[in-house]
Amino acid sequence: MSPLLAAAARRLGRRSPRPEPAGEPDAALVAELRAAIGAERVRADAAARYLASRDASIYSEGTAGPLCFPVTTTQVSACVRIAADHGRAVVPRGAGTGLSGGAAPLGRPVVLSLTRMNELLSVDLDNGVAWVQPGMVNLELSRRLAPYGMHYAPDPSSQQACTIGGNVATNSGGPHCLAYGVTSAHVVALEVVLSDASVVTLGDLTAEPAGYDLRGAFVGSEGMCGITTAAAVRLTRNPAAVRTMLMAYDDVSTGAATVSAIIAGGIVPAALEMLDRRCISAVEDFAKAGYPRDAAAVLLVEVDGPAGGVAASADRVAEIARANGAVSVRVAADDDERARLWKGRKSAFGAVANILPDYYLHDTVVPRSRLVEVLEQVYEIADRYELTALNVFHAGDGNLHPILAFDARVPGTMERVHAAGREIIEASLAVGGALSGEHGIGVEKRDYMERMFSEADLDQQSRLRAAFDPHCRLNPGKVLPSAHSCADIGALRAADGKLWG
Amino acid sequence: MTSASDIDAVLAGFAADVGPEGPVSVCGGGTRRHVGGEVAPVTRELRAPAGIVAFEPAEMTVRVRAGTTVAELHEALAASGQRTALPERPGGTVGGALMVGESAIARLGLGPVRDALLQARYVCADGRVATGGAGTVKNVSGFDLCRLLVGSLGTLGLLGEALLRTVPIPESEAWFRLEAADPRQVWQRCRTANSILWDGSATWVLLSGYAPDTADDRAILGRLGDVADAGGPPALPPHRWSCTPAEAAAFAGGNGAAPNGASAGIDFVAEIGVGVVHASEPQPPRPAAPGVAELNRRMKETFDPTGRLNPGRDPLRRS
Repeated sequence: MSPLLAAAARRLGRRSPRPEPAGEPDAALVAELRAAIGAERVRADAAARYLASRDASIYSEGTAGPLCFPVTTTQVSACVRIAADHGRAVVPRGAGTGLSGGAAPLGRPVVLSLTRMNELLSVDLDNGVAWVQPGMVNLELSRRLAPYGMHYAPDPSSQQACTIGGNVATNSGGPHCLAYGVTSAHVVALEVVLSDASVVTLGDLTAEPAGYDLRGAFVGSEGMCGITTAAAVRLTRNPAAVRTMLMAYDDVSTGAATVSAIIAGGIVPAALEMLDRRCISAVEDFAKAGYPRDAAAVLLVEVDGPAGGVAASADRVAEIARANGAVSVRVAADDDERARLWKGRKSAFGAVANILPDYYLHDTVVPRSRLVEVLEQVYEIADRYELTALNVFHAGDGNLHPILAFDARVPGTMERVHAAGREIIEASLAVGGALSGEHGIGVEKRDYMERMFSEADLDQQSRLRAAFDPHCRLNPGKVLPSAHSCADIGALRAADGKLWG
Repeated sequence: MTSASDIDAVLAGFAADVGPEGPVSVCGGGTRRHVGGEVAPVTRELRAPAGIVAFEPAEMTVRVRAGTTVAELHEALAASGQRTALPERPGGTVGGALMVGESAIARLGLGPVRDALLQARYVCADGRVATGGAGTVKNVSGFDLCRLLVGSLGTLGLLGEALLRTVPIPESEAWFRLEAADPRQVWQRCRTANSILWDGSATWVLLSGYAPDTADDRAILGRLGDVADAGGPPALPPHRWSCTPAEAAAFAGGNGAAPNGASAGIDFVAEIGVGVVHASEPQPPRPAAPGVAELNRRMKETFDPTGRLNPGRDPLRRS
């Protein structure tokens, strides 16, 4: 089965064939792990290892060793130590919602699922933080903080399933990160298990911790620097007022011009999202959010904060939108309408399934002023490869999410999908963009890193990783192209080089 | 994509000055040169290049060379109604602010200086120029070298050029002085407070935002205590303490207990909601946990194996 078909099957909940024979290899390793953390918390059967072999990306070449479900930091440390004793790598995973293959295990490593460490440990209002375990689901954390009038600001689209540990590993974003900042700005301190099984706390609750910002260096390190076992995250006060607006445009470029004009006008909305015509249509068929089907593009804009500023900036945003050619400006009248507008945005990816059975979701960033130019190229590239491109993205920070929809059953499609993806990445980099805005590099974009970074740049990144994990025991084979990765590694002997077609 | 063309002649010249060997340091405005220890005496001292390379108001980013003063940068940005989260000190430079990593007094509203850096171009220990981060406002392409560099005191690489996030200057901004109030109440109730400073009796509050909102908060201040206009923040005692927000709000106050080894009765100004305390005595040493100290040591050794970059300075010894 092709990776793409397998991905489609997973989305549809169909069973896929198991690539591993039944039985439990690694008997000695498994016995030690079971002795350390409890027999019921270690699975080595083919079904468990199959489930642990992939994330939500279309990458399907991962091979997992034993799958462990530790429930304490001590158990995480024990698993890391035992794996090292057996010369095996360790790959941590949360909910497996990652889109870049970051949690895909290469070379039959010990896989640690942190999903059973999902407690809210404390809420410390005097210091404005909450300590949480890594398996805490992002949206659940905000629900638990609601009684305090607080929430956790980063809100990835997968927030109903993704975990804080995974958010830390990928430095996750989300629509509201435009005004509030990404995960790194919301993580104050981290308890982590390093590759030598020691436990350290990076950062602390004081304003300016001594030493290098190891906390900052760790966030976004995709499980390659250590395993988060607890995080102190910043509490964000719920805004006093919120206003959500939907603007419709006759063409994408006037919508994008509005984005630039809003930012240039000194307004930083809480969120500034764009959907193109095909996406609007897919969303309306699916979620009936009330988006205008005749529009070429819509902008979903949310402003929040104290009431006076919200009223003033909402008026100003509407004015700028009209001046830039918006054909309609609709302001959500109440919470219900606001929820409906957001439902449209948040169900966009699911809605694509109504058009074609498979899709590949991209993630690149471009300067805001180059959005139109790159979008036009995305359509042109997709047309040339006979693929359907839909665009729904974080326009406010230039974070593109082109969706290439296709039917993988048609022979030769996959090659076209990968070729088109490559060209989209090249087009984004050519205008000074970035490989990834919030999904991470993983294996998906590992071999593109040399397109964005020089030899010296990658050498520096490799040093950061090596300082944390000199022996490359944690999540080896990710992010850094092989020429820049340290002893990666005997542990990867089972992993092959074929990533994309 | 990083290519030779991204590294301009000025940056290349700076790299040539740094060269591949021998102890070397970079001095900015010299305003914080004691932080983390003095540079070893035999060290060749350089200055980073200066000048604004590109300011794009509609991107809310500015590319600036490290030797530029923050004051000069902010003056240029103000023409377009923007600024950065970097602190302004007389003569203080962009590179100095980033490498020292101390945030502005309005950190409560502007955020810490560490979040302002989007991309860094710096000279590595081997003399090459490297780029960390991206030229966009959002990026997770690989490891976050920018966060590692902020506060590193130039011991991992020598900053030449930075791409910074800018923020809009609010329409209304003013300092107020409040007597006989609990500063924690100000933190909890005033959403436009960009800075709350407390010296144990009086509270200074910087309200920043849309005029109707700062007016609302001004009214709240009036209900919390006796409020008067203030021309600016109070004079700050010379030493900088890193405390938790809870410790700062209880600093030598309340029952008279002095956290973190402060002697009772020292002069201080605490940043409420942040945790920085400016005090008349230095903060007692805060020994790092052994595992953290070891990671710091490995980081330095990995990035600068011969110890040539700003020798003598050590971020673990900041206080």
